[in-house]
Amino acid sequence: MIPLLKYLKPYRTAALLAPLLMLVEVLMDLMQPKLVASIVDQGIMTGDLGHIQRTGLLMIGLALIGMLGGIGCTIYASIASQHFGADIRADLFQHIQCFSFHNLDRFSSGSLITRLTNDVVQLQNLVLMALRMLVRSPLLSIGSLIMAFTISFKLAIILLIAMPILLVTLIFIMRKAFPIFGRVQAELDRVNTVTQENLAGIRVIKAFVRAIHENKRYDAVNQDYTNIAIKANRMVALIGPIMMLIMDICIVAVLWFGGGLTKTGALPVGDLIAFINYATQVLMSLMMVSMTLMSVSRATASAERINEVLHTEPDITAPAQTVTPDPQQVGRLEFRDVSFAYDGDSPAVLDQISFVATAGQTIAILGATGAGKSSLVHLIPRMYDVTNGAVLVDDVNVRQWDLDQLRSSIGIVLQQALLFSGSIRDNIRYGRPNASQEEVESAARAAQAHEFIEKLPEGYDTLLGQRGVNLSGGQKQRLSIARALLIQPPLLIMDDSTSAVDLRTEALIQKALEERLSASMRFIIAQRITSVLDADLILIMEDGQIIDRGDHAYLIKNSQAYQEIYRSQLGQEVESHG
Amino acid sequence: MGNPMMPGRAGRSNSAPVKAKNAKSTVRRLWDYLRQQRKGLILVFILTLLGTAFNLITPYLLGTIAFDRYILPGNYAGLAMLCIWLLILYVVASLTSWIQAYVMTAVSQQTVFQIRRDLFKHLHDLPLRFFDTHSSGDLMSRSTNDIENVTTTLNQSVVQIMTSALTLVGTLIIMVWLNIWLTLVTLITVPIMFWLTRIITKRTRRYFGAQQTELGGLNGYIEETISGQKVVKAYVQEARSLTEFKEINHRLLHASIRAQSWSGNMGPVMNLVNNISYALIALSGGWLFLQGMTSVGVIVSFLSYSKQFSRPINELANQFNLLQSAIAGAERVFEVLDERPESTEDEKTAVHQLPANVHGEVIFDHVQFSYKAGSPILRDVSLTAKPGQTIALVGPTGAGKTTIINLLTRFYEIDSGTITIDGEDIRLLDKENLRSRIGIVLQDAYLFSGTVRDNIRYGRLEATDQEIEEAAKLANAHSFIHKLPEGYDSPLSADGSNLSQGQRQLLTIARAILANPSVLILDEATSSVDTRTEMHIQTAMKQLMHGRTSFVIAHRLSTIREADQILVIQSGEVVERGTHDELLQAGGFYHDLYQSQFNRVV
Repeated sequence: MIPLLKYLKPYRTAALLAPLLMLVEVLMDLMQPKLVASIVDQGIMTGDLGHIQRTGLLMIGLALIGMLGGIGCTIYASIASQHFGADIRADLFQHIQCFSFHNLDRFSSGSLITRLTNDVVQLQNLVLMALRMLVRSPLLSIGSLIMAFTISFKLAIILLIAMPILLVTLIFIMRKAFPIFGRVQAELDRVNTVTQENLAGIRVIKAFVRAIHENKRYDAVNQDYTNIAIKANRMVALIGPIMMLIMDICIVAVLWFGGGLTKTGALPVGDLIAFINYATQVLMSLMMVSMTLMSVSRATASAERINEVLHTEPDITAPAQTVTPDPQQVGRLEFRDVSFAYDGDSPAVLDQISFVATAGQTIAILGATGAGKSSLVHLIPRMYDVTNGAVLVDDVNVRQWDLDQLRSSIGIVLQQALLFSGSIRDNIRYGRPNASQEEVESAARAAQAHEFIEKLPEGYDTLLGQRGVNLSGGQKQRLSIARALLIQPPLLIMDDSTSAVDLRTEALIQKALEERLSASMRFIIAQRITSVLDADLILIMEDGQIIDRGDHAYLIKNSQAYQEIYRSQLGQEVESHG
Repeated sequence: MGNPMMPGRAGRSNSAPVKAKNAKSTVRRLWDYLRQQRKGLILVFILTLLGTAFNLITPYLLGTIAFDRYILPGNYAGLAMLCIWLLILYVVASLTSWIQAYVMTAVSQQTVFQIRRDLFKHLHDLPLRFFDTHSSGDLMSRSTNDIENVTTTLNQSVVQIMTSALTLVGTLIIMVWLNIWLTLVTLITVPIMFWLTRIITKRTRRYFGAQQTELGGLNGYIEETISGQKVVKAYVQEARSLTEFKEINHRLLHASIRAQSWSGNMGPVMNLVNNISYALIALSGGWLFLQGMTSVGVIVSFLSYSKQFSRPINELANQFNLLQSAIAGAERVFEVLDERPESTEDEKTAVHQLPANVHGEVIFDHVQFSYKAGSPILRDVSLTAKPGQTIALVGPTGAGKTTIINLLTRFYEIDSGTITIDGEDIRLLDKENLRSRIGIVLQDAYLFSGTVRDNIRYGRLEATDQEIEEAAKLANAHSFIHKLPEGYDSPLSADGSNLSQGQRQLLTIARAILANPSVLILDEATSSVDTRTEMHIQTAMKQLMHGRTSFVIAHRLSTIREADQILVIQSGEVVERGTHDELLQAGGFYHDLYQSQFNRVV
């Protein structure tokens, strides 16, 4: 939490004014019981109506000043806390923009989102509350205690005894309650997991007629959760009554001893009334302090989660000195003894990969899941950095390329077709926001998406995302292909990006690619053997190594692995035709 | 659980407290649930009455009695007695409020337990059509956030509202009884309070609305951009994202400063009203005392009562807002509960049962179907599958292949025509009975969290461990399961991080083998599976299909070629049918498809 306080620095004026103004409100509040005492002792007891009127009006005047202080405090606290939150959020977002794929893999996107949204809001609320309540309650509590002491030292000792008892009891209960709340959360997670699973697997459940089985499973976790929740809430329910009891006993003690003091004349009646008021305030504020402290501990977790992101160094940065070969063209790509592991101590995903590709070629990569196909192509735009060896684009190590330039000349269609909310047109021209409608359409045509886009009621203006239409997996893949084609990349990478497209459409896309990007270098990762038949170079990967390479005609004769794949997908025909 | 189809789709609800559309009937239904805890509720009510009474009486004892009777006259013995009584009273009051909270916790948790259980059960009764039109994110939020909202409210608001209302009325009565003039003075501040509150809440609501809109927008933007961060990087659009983000962040900043400032001002303003009321009582109390119309003790009591009087008004206003959002949440839950369950979708309830040994003759006779009235998906589909035959469904995406499969299991009901199994119209069959005779292996291999064994056993709950292993062996899954650290007892995570896609597929095949269905439906998976596993899957599938009528959405040429019948589906119609050779000779769509894809290699 503390390191994040530096975000308050630019707003220190507001952050300091807020508690100062709160002090005004508290002081005004503190005066009130004292003034009532004065009304009773100097006004009522002596029959001085003028004093009563003057004091009464003074009370109203002070109350107004107090309110102004309170409002001022709120406004400045809001300004400070909201700026604080906004700045943290902006810093986080900016920092995440610099993350490499490797950094992104470490945090799941879900967890990054929670950190940017919930966690920041938590901290922001904490600061807001701290500047107001966390100032008000202790001030009020200390102030009331001081006032109590000025009225009667003897009676104030009662408060000094009650305060630690109150605190210790509170801490004791919370110590007991906190672990239970952890378990409540865990049980709730289990309830949610079962719900989530059932929603996702509803077809399977229906197909196997397992509703009763699932209901039993759910009842069990639901019951566990309910039991633990009852237990936890009952624990917390103790706090209120016990606190009240301690407070009330304290008041009775004040009344008893105070009554005695008034009898001897040591304490005016009005002062006793005021004292009872201050005593109530001390104990009430103390309770408030402890309640707010509870939320501080909750926000600490959020602060840690935010710091974790902020302290993660982006592990791929643009080189200080860059070489920028012609970005309009990529003539030659070379992998030279490339090895790669996602983490220093994890096993190598790529092992001694070497190959050369030139402009105009189609390079296909075939292999098992986990063989390293995606990892290989991700090294080209430096989404990850090689562990050993080098990737050279036009004979220049990619590490020396200007990072943005390098990536701009590579069109990559990721395995997962991610689109953004907005119109279809905006999505296609994501990489080149100023592309004309003709260019957008032509890219869509090549990706075999034009036809279905035109059929949508609003064509290219159809909105996607939260309030827009839902596209099928194949349609989304085609849009993301169109997006890559629009930038006319000198180097195109398709990472298994036609898996949800039917065979016929896939063939049409490939044909269009060959026409449209004949001068470009094209990488295709595929599962279906039919997708790679026409490639100039087919790399067959297994366990991070290229085990066979060549074109179809060569591989079908010489590669056992290729024959196996071929057989499994196309039937037993290799011998007769190969 | 698969990737969300669109980044930013599963957005959390950040909307401002929504008003319920039909609060009355929602409250009545909530009450129906609460009523099941009648005993507890009555106890809570009695305890609340008692607690409130204690709270009402103490300022009187502490003020009027203590000062007027004992302290001012100097009656020390009487004061001692009073203190003892007060102590007893306080202990009883604390006990009362603790027991009340103790009981209420159970009441509210049990109530929500029941709602949650009903909701979950109902979800299973709903037809698939429902899940097509409701995102699982939305359903998740209903069954978590909304229900959580109801719990909190039941736990706190119900008692609070009771207490506040009782305190308000009780305080007023006692105040009038103590001194009518001081009561009137106290009441002066009530309209002031209402007026100030109105001014503030009016703005607060507006600015909070604005803040929530901006926050929702920002969160949406964050979700989308972060989920698509890899695309952002691939297209070098970081700078653009940052600019857009900063703009929205800035808008939120200004909206939220306003909203927080205004809403936070409620505190100081209420404090002012309290202090003014306090001052007015002291002022007028002093004056009345000098006129001989009141006593010091009464003034002391009034100072306490005036605080007790304004607090419940604030409290009621707060609770009312909470209550509203809880009712809106409950309404969203009840909306789901009001969806018509699957079993009542068809009126014909003359339920037949299929025998255990179904032959597996499946006939579609002029079947028509549409998800939405007016846009037919299947136009006129007829087909006959003889027992044991393999029927391959081929055609472009969106042609209706999956729909045909979904109709056979009665995930959806056909519009016209008939589907029969062994001559029985499936609409006359008990749905669960029908489904238990049909096995399905879907393309996205869905497994549940639990062990490998549990997941295979899902096909037949009473299966022995030995039967499970046999099914796994037939499905070619035994060898890899054996290699897992804990074998069949290895836990699986729902998102499948610890098994490959292919291995998961093998488990679903084992599951289907164990279920031993007479009719089989396969959505052949080709993507994301490596070749070795693919071969395993293929042999496993063949094993599974052996002797069973099988419908296969086919992607592999080998499956298509070996099928007894190939149906080419296009735009919801069977455009061609026959064996591989027949269709190639016919020179139609299948021929074209084959040419475009396979011919080059043959």
